[in-house]
Amino acid sequence: MPSTIRVRAVAGDDSTEVQALIQHPMDSGFVKGHDGKLIPPHYIEVLTFKHDGKVVFTAFWGPAVSRDPYIKFSFKGGKKDDDLGVSWIDNLGKSDSSVAKIMG
Amino acid sequence: MRSGRLYRVGFAIAALLGFVSLARAAQAPNPAADQRAFQAYFRSRFPTVKLADFGNGPYAVNALMRKQWEEIMAFPPYDFALDAGKAAFAKPFANGRGYADCFPNKGIGIRQTFPYFDTKTGEVVTLDLAINRCRIANGEKPLPYQVGLMAAITAYMAETSRGKAFDIKIPDDPRALAAYEDGKRFFYARRGQLNFSCASCHVQAAGQRLRGDILAPALGILAAFPIYRSDWGSMGTIDRRFTSCNAQVRSVPFAPQDKTYRDLEYFLSYMSNGVPITGPGARP
Amino acid sequence: MAGHRSVGDHGPLPTRRATLQVMTLVGLAGLGLAGPAHADNAPGWPAEAFQKKSQRDALQALLGMQFESTDKITLEVPEIAENGAVVPVSISSSLPNVTSISILVPENPFTLAASYKLPEGTAAAVSCRLKMAKTSNVVAVVESGGKAYGVARQVKVTLGGCGG
Repeated sequence: MPSTIRVRAVAGDDSTEVQALIQHPMDSGFVKGHDGKLIPPHYIEVLTFKHDGKVVFTAFWGPAVSRDPYIKFSFKGGKKDDDLGVSWIDNLGKSDSSVAKIMG
Repeated sequence: MRSGRLYRVGFAIAALLGFVSLARAAQAPNPAADQRAFQAYFRSRFPTVKLADFGNGPYAVNALMRKQWEEIMAFPPYDFALDAGKAAFAKPFANGRGYADCFPNKGIGIRQTFPYFDTKTGEVVTLDLAINRCRIANGEKPLPYQVGLMAAITAYMAETSRGKAFDIKIPDDPRALAAYEDGKRFFYARRGQLNFSCASCHVQAAGQRLRGDILAPALGILAAFPIYRSDWGSMGTIDRRFTSCNAQVRSVPFAPQDKTYRDLEYFLSYMSNGVPITGPGARP
Repeated sequence: MAGHRSVGDHGPLPTRRATLQVMTLVGLAGLGLAGPAHADNAPGWPAEAFQKKSQRDALQALLGMQFESTDKITLEVPEIAENGAVVPVSISSSLPNVTSISILVPENPFTLAASYKLPEGTAAAVSCRLKMAKTSNVVAVVESGGKAYGVARQVKVTLGGCGG
């Protein structure tokens, strides 16, 4: 199954900038489907980024985050070809994870 | 005296014939002149916008919208569809052949030449139609239009043409001219309960607000397709937008890839010759 | 009597009250009425805070405090959202020792939109895209040195004319 996680991590002089796009409906539970019934809430709750065994960023998300959510942040350290681990888990218990290589 | 009268009658007849032929000439399709007038109108309406930028629709004519768009384009929402399209394009059919066998240059960097007029079948062929014809010719089922894999594959093909200017040809063939004229007529004709034509919004009111939205100028309006619309939360093709626009003015939309829509796409694309492909794109 | 329990490897047996509470919660979750908080949320996720419908309550649940104003937070949002479903938000702060950045949208059904935990070494800056139900303030709250600071900016959200 193709990954839902797209990452672009670029190492600078002393910090790494991370951008990620995640494929997820982020249904709020407030929108009706074509059948007129409410589409149940289905959204990522926790998104974690790890580098060198440490958690460098944690996102706690709710239903107000947009569909196919985007995030950008940066952390000190990181260099080209380092691994950056990304994982998420949603309110229905589904999850995905991937490892991206930091670009130089 | 007699020759004088003859001369006057002859002159009158010649004048009459001349007038009739002048009137006829005024009705004969002249796409090149239409295109010049069309582009001149928008260039003078928006004097600070470069021709190339017209492919960015509302963002070319509104700075606040542009800023939001640039932030979203830092990581475009159509990335997933683009990847899916690239993979689908490369995957062979059951018979071993692929999309690359159906298109010039293996299908890479050719989107800007669509739609074209097929003189053999006497109709306008859009990229979407060509993709399904390719599938059928190779024993595959056609894809549903407007969404999903069709939008993903056209997104990939558009991406390979990014930056290449629209280069639509109208051959010297009365059927091609008729299709062009058909599309032109549709564009300017009012329809629906709201009684809008395409021109009402995209020519007269281009750059102005329709409630919260900024109306894109018609020049270059197809260059960014297929698009990821935040409103849809997914990708959509040109005819997804045609059908939804028509529904929004409360008229009955035509079926996707109906001759009417293909002719409309032909007219609009030809009007935008010279505007580079900016697709796939992102819109509100 | 406080409910005598036997202590074993699994710890004390649940009290009657705790059992009833869990059963109620599971029952409510089954009915889908429990809202964002239910028995099996992701660990660490501040379920209670995400359920609150006011800025005050959400901040109390999330941080245990309200914020004070500051000019050391930059909050970038569009004046008029091109589409309420995708509103780009960028926050950065020059405050020292920032441990979290949270975003609230008071006019949304649930006020708390997102909260970011920043370990040491992670910059005090984040960009994301949010849904806004209608015109509202967007409030950025930054935790620094054990205190909370915040700024708010209004984003106008209108009906689209072209989107139907």
